[in-house]
Amino acid sequence: MAKTELDFRGMSCPMPIMKTAMAFKKAASGDVFQVVCDDPGFEPDIKAWCSETGNILESIEKKDKDIIATITKK
Amino acid sequence: MGNTEATAKAAGDREAVEDGVAARVKELEERLAKLEEKDNALTLILMSGEFDKAMAAFIIANGALAMGKEVTMFVTFWGLDVIKKPSFSTAGRGFLEKMVLWMRPKGPDKIPTSKMNFGGMGPKLFRYMMGKKNVEQLSSLIEMAQEFGLKIIACQMSMDVMGLKQEDLIEGVEVGGVAAMLNSSYRSNSTLFI
Repeated sequence: MAKTELDFRGMSCPMPIMKTAMAFKKAASGDVFQVVCDDPGFEPDIKAWCSETGNILESIEKKDKDIIATITKK
Repeated sequence: MGNTEATAKAAGDREAVEDGVAARVKELEERLAKLEEKDNALTLILMSGEFDKAMAAFIIANGALAMGKEVTMFVTFWGLDVIKKPSFSTAGRGFLEKMVLWMRPKGPDKIPTSKMNFGGMGPKLFRYMMGKKNVEQLSSLIEMAQEFGLKIIACQMSMDVMGLKQEDLIEGVEVGGVAAMLNSSYRSNSTLFI
C-alpha cells in the first residue's frame, strides 16, 4: 500500500498533531502515513497521540533534525 | 408434581433467570457507555483575558480535539475579551456599560500579556517572536479549534454585567450559565480552570 507523506517541518506545537489528526480524519482504516517533523517535541507528542487515538505507530526514526513517524490508521 | 409440570417450571425459572441476566447486562452496558463518554470529553474554563493564558487554553483545546476528544470551553469574565469581535457598535447601551466596553480590549489581537505587557508592547513582541518561530497565532488557533468542533459557551451573567451581546462575540459562540458548564464538567474526566 502506498504511503502518504506528510511534511510538517518548520511547524511547532500543536500544529503537527493538528495537521496529522486532520489528515487521519479523511483517511480510511489501514491507510499508512509517513509524517516528518523537525520539532523536538514531536516525538513524545506523536507517541502520545497514537496511544490516545489507537492509531498504530509502526516506527519512529531520526535523521539529523527530522523525526520520521510511520503510522497506520486503525 | 408430575414430570411435565416440573419441566415447565424449570423452563419458566430459566427464562426468568435469563431475563434477569439480560436486564443486568443492558444496565452494565449503559453504565460503561457513560464512562466511555466521560473518557472522551474535556471541559475548559477560561476566566483570564490575557494573551498568554488564552494561548495555553486554545493550545490545550486544539491538542485535545486532535486526540479525538469532545471539548467544551466555557468563557467567563475577562475571558470574554478573547472571543470578542475586533469591532462592534456599543449603541443602545447604558453609560457604564459603554465605559466598560470602551476600556476593555477587543479580541485576540488586542489583549495584553499577564507579564511583561509594557503598556501593550509586550504582546507585540511576543507575537513577533512567535511568528519567527512558526508558532500559530492566537486568532488562527481559535478558528482552527472551532473548525475542529470546539464548543464555546460564553457566560451569560458576565456578558450582562459588561453589557455584551451575543452578536459582539465571534461566530459560533453559544451562551449559557453555570449549570451548562457543570453539566459539561460532570461529563468530562478533566476540567481545567485557566
